[in-house]
Amino acid sequence: MFEGLRAYRLIAGMWVRSSMTYRTSFVVTVVGNLLLTGMDFVGILLMFSQVDSLGGWSLPEVAFLYGLSVTAFGIADLVLGSMDVLGARMRDGSFDVLLVRPVPVLAQVGADRFALRRLGRITQGLAVLGWALSAVDVEWTAAKVLLVPVMVLSGAVIFGAVFVAGAAFQIVAQDAAEVQNAFTYGGTTLLQYPPTVFGKDLVRGVTFTLPLAFVNWVPAAHVLGRPYPVALPGWTTYASPLVAAVCCAAAGLAWRAGLRAYQSTGS
Amino acid sequence: MGDEAFIEVDGVEKVFDVRRRTGFLKRERRRVQAVDSISFRVARGEMVGYIGPNGAGKSTTIKMLTGILTPSGGRLRVAGIDPSRERTRLAHRIGVVFGQRTTLWWDLPLIDSYRLMHRMYRIPDARYRENLDRLVELLGLEDLLEVPVRQLSLGQRMRGDVAAALLHDPEVLYLDEPTIGLDVMSKARVRAFLRELNAERGTTVLLTTHDLQDIEQLCSRVMVIDHGRLVYDGALAGLHEVGESERMLVVDLERELPPIEAAPARVVKVEGPRQWLAFPASESAAALVARVAADHPLVDLSVREPDIEAVIARMLHSPAESAQVPREDVGRVIS
Repeated sequence: MFEGLRAYRLIAGMWVRSSMTYRTSFVVTVVGNLLLTGMDFVGILLMFSQVDSLGGWSLPEVAFLYGLSVTAFGIADLVLGSMDVLGARMRDGSFDVLLVRPVPVLAQVGADRFALRRLGRITQGLAVLGWALSAVDVEWTAAKVLLVPVMVLSGAVIFGAVFVAGAAFQIVAQDAAEVQNAFTYGGTTLLQYPPTVFGKDLVRGVTFTLPLAFVNWVPAAHVLGRPYPVALPGWTTYASPLVAAVCCAAAGLAWRAGLRAYQSTGS
Repeated sequence: MGDEAFIEVDGVEKVFDVRRRTGFLKRERRRVQAVDSISFRVARGEMVGYIGPNGAGKSTTIKMLTGILTPSGGRLRVAGIDPSRERTRLAHRIGVVFGQRTTLWWDLPLIDSYRLMHRMYRIPDARYRENLDRLVELLGLEDLLEVPVRQLSLGQRMRGDVAAALLHDPEVLYLDEPTIGLDVMSKARVRAFLRELNAERGTTVLLTTHDLQDIEQLCSRVMVIDHGRLVYDGALAGLHEVGESERMLVVDLERELPPIEAAPARVVKVEGPRQWLAFPASESAAALVARVAADHPLVDLSVREPDIEAVIARMLHSPAESAQVPREDVGRVIS
């Protein structure tokens, strides 16, 4: 674990230094990234220019969901965003190279092409979240205030686990990058809208099977005082860190299994 | 050096489950025996060539020796370590060069890859600087250190890869096709370097190759693998004998003449005044040339050495192969 973090820091540091050699280019890509991810939210604003509420949720409330989802996803993407190239690595054989180095493969894959320009998405998510916090009509209690950072961090861990599990799946099915993207990018887009606009079956799936709902839907519904479409016991409001821990463990097991499968089949 | 077995391979097998799509949803499962019960030992400081046709199991063996793949059966030890179980621990003690893919970071300058290796392998600073200086000098990398790897030529990249594999003083170096695609100069440079490495540092070297010259110039011992089985293990000279390989004498005569008769050589091709004579590799070319020159007007001649593929092909398909009694001092044919 320590060895993995150390290797991650080494490799990520190398990529940061190398991107910093061209400062102007770096600034341009960060700003570009910021604008590009910002287009999502412009889409939501345009929608609200025609309607007053979406599934019963007001603009600041949707912005709250949006900010939480994008920030959490942005952190996971910053840390593990390169995992979707794993399939390509399997196909061209460069995955073998990672296996002969004396550091954990996961750290090498995660830190590969580490890019600070991905901070653009996080910045944009935080900006929307900040505005939403000031605009929503909520009576803030200490517990509710605390829930906000807990949601962002737990959400980042849940998305991170999806990245890792997706990568493990790519080891077995080598053309699965799009499957992984469906869950990561697809997941963050889904969570930008209120659960009430989706069918109950989808909400149930996202709550109980692939528990993305714990990134923001479940705790945010409580913070905003909105009913959640699927009946859940009250304690689930605070269950996000627990869900994140379970996701991590499951993703870790999946990754190990994937690595073992590779070591016994090869290419 | 010594008799201590550094690499121990005992009855190692590798079976792949290959699934092939045969219909829209139907898949056919097939078991492919990539490596079939091979055994060998390599002593510390040996330089061994590992050759065989494409798909014979060379790379699979190397991958098992590095821990990339887990054997399906048998016992495998490198420096006393079971590679697939303790892959990361073994990584500190081995160096690997894949001819067809780089271990360097493609988009970063060469020196950045080395700095990263320095930290990753926890090489003591003084040691790292000493090794880097030596490798840069021996492999001629001074002007390349600041160049991003993707801009290097194949030969330059290969030298860069060899250096990367040796920064941490590995006890054994695996080279998978290290000279593939290199020009003559680059090949010579890599070979000279490997010879020196082996002589000075006593690094054990195991290399796979298609180039007979790699083996001739580097390896005292050669192992031949075919269809996953080790079919020969011994000196290169012995391989020629076992394979009954032939050399080719090409002569240009003054004019078109009937095929030359000079047993044991036989004419295999005639093209105008040029004739091709095949003769056993063990026969002296000089004697043959003298005999031909005695009663034929020669303008020019050349002798062609057999290539490794041909030698192996002959060896594998020679019906006499199993009847032949291998000489102990030359090598052994395993059947």
